[in-house]
Amino acid sequence: MSVSQAISVDRPPPQARGWPRTRIVGYALVGLWILFGLGIVAYLVYAWNGEFFARYAPAYLQGLWTTLSLVAISMVAGAILSLPVTYGRMSKNRFLSGLAYCYVYFFRGTPLLVQVYLVYYGLGSFHPELNAFGFYLPVVSDWQQIMPYVSIPTGLAIERFTLWDFFKDAFFCGVFAFALNTAAYQAEILRGAIESVPRGQWEGAASLGLHGLQTLRKVILPQAFIVALRPYGNELVLMIKASAIVAIITVYDLMGNAKLAYAKSFDFQAYVWVAIVYLVMVEILRHGVEWIERRITIHLHR
Amino acid sequence: MPVQSIWTLLSWGPEGWSDDIAYGALVTIALALATLPIGLTIGFFVAWAKQSEEPSLRLAANIYTTMFRGLPELVTLFLFFFGMPILLQYVIRVFKPEATVDVDSFIAGMIVLSLIFSSYASEVFLSAFRAIPKGQYEGGYAIGLSKWLTMRKVILPQLLRIAFPGLENCWLSLLKDTALVSVVNLAETLRNAGVAARVTKHSFLFYSVAALVFLVLAILSSIATGFILRSLGRREAR
Repeated sequence: MSVSQAISVDRPPPQARGWPRTRIVGYALVGLWILFGLGIVAYLVYAWNGEFFARYAPAYLQGLWTTLSLVAISMVAGAILSLPVTYGRMSKNRFLSGLAYCYVYFFRGTPLLVQVYLVYYGLGSFHPELNAFGFYLPVVSDWQQIMPYVSIPTGLAIERFTLWDFFKDAFFCGVFAFALNTAAYQAEILRGAIESVPRGQWEGAASLGLHGLQTLRKVILPQAFIVALRPYGNELVLMIKASAIVAIITVYDLMGNAKLAYAKSFDFQAYVWVAIVYLVMVEILRHGVEWIERRITIHLHR
Repeated sequence: MPVQSIWTLLSWGPEGWSDDIAYGALVTIALALATLPIGLTIGFFVAWAKQSEEPSLRLAANIYTTMFRGLPELVTLFLFFFGMPILLQYVIRVFKPEATVDVDSFIAGMIVLSLIFSSYASEVFLSAFRAIPKGQYEGGYAIGLSKWLTMRKVILPQLLRIAFPGLENCWLSLLKDTALVSVVNLAETLRNAGVAARVTKHSFLFYSVAALVFLVLAILSSIATGFILRSLGRREAR
């Protein structure tokens, strides 16, 4: 029996050419998406309104800045807050771990909108109590202008700030609720990442004579962060998306400005534009995180 | 207004608000349950398209998930709630010039939540698809099953079992996302709690009750999924 014969018998069937059903469906669906995209573009061109744009584009930029600073502040505050929560979650102390578990369960088990309402409207019920907690801070009371755009402080005054000053501001309420919420998620990310590092790494570090904190800093965390990068990126994207809900408690972030523009002009493009901005922002972030992940795992690819 | 004790406020009946919030909780559950089958079906087909060999199908499915995972839930909801009447009006005006269109907030919420749920569920289904060895398909074809029958009788039962834990997470976030529909005036848990809070001025109390309702729903779902998982495991063992 010749070899060529055996090969000709075992050939797999040729690739399907022409128009199998999946291809027809696929082309039809892509065609629908193209139509949809063209429809959006056509709508935006048709509804183009120079006045609308001139009036609301600066507001949108302002809102974008509000959104980004809200997410940035609450992400960082949440990261700091997540450390004790992670410690509690991983602790052998039943009481501590139970407490941390309840914290995480509450913030992951209830809608973020409820948490935001609970802080913004709910803490309003404790107005007198919150006002009772005061602290004194020095503030600049007098400015003197020495040059155009340059002023120097010339007077100091002591003013009383209360917790109520913090919680009466919708933006700070948003930051507070978001920081507590993301701390719960980030604690779980951090815990998962630390637990993904094999036990041998701890033992190896201990046998080299490193103490606990050194082990964590030099051995465990560098490995854990590679695992945690993607979840952290996802959490950042989720936060940017979730930040739209502060518009409901009257913060003028990106979504808040879109709501305002729609309420004033009844022009639907207000929402179309904001959707495009969010989509672009999320896509840039997603690809950025993927790029960083490729970079920092370069030593793992062979 | 006489000062009412919180037990009166939380009682069942005309004086208290428990019945309103319980009704709202029913609406929340109804919305989530109505979304689930639609979202699962769309999610399954999107995942099927994503692992197909046909590039155009993959592209179409990827555009779908990129869009609905990238847009904030609230923006999607507003786009549909305010955009759909405008679009429908254009279509209906062709036939009946005087007609006006209003979109029910339950329907709008259901559509939007299905879109979001399905795009997340499709990722879960996709990873489950990848966990099923190719031999399962080949075995199905070898005994003469058609492509669709292989999918339904051979792949789908295994797929559901693998995807179940991931789908549980999707379900929990669906439950939480239903709270957003309160923004477009659907009388669900959060909305009714908000009304109670505004009328009685006990905001913290009633928003805590709303949070508690969502927590209880989450706990009940984990108990239910635990049962389902165990029964799935038993069937596997046999």
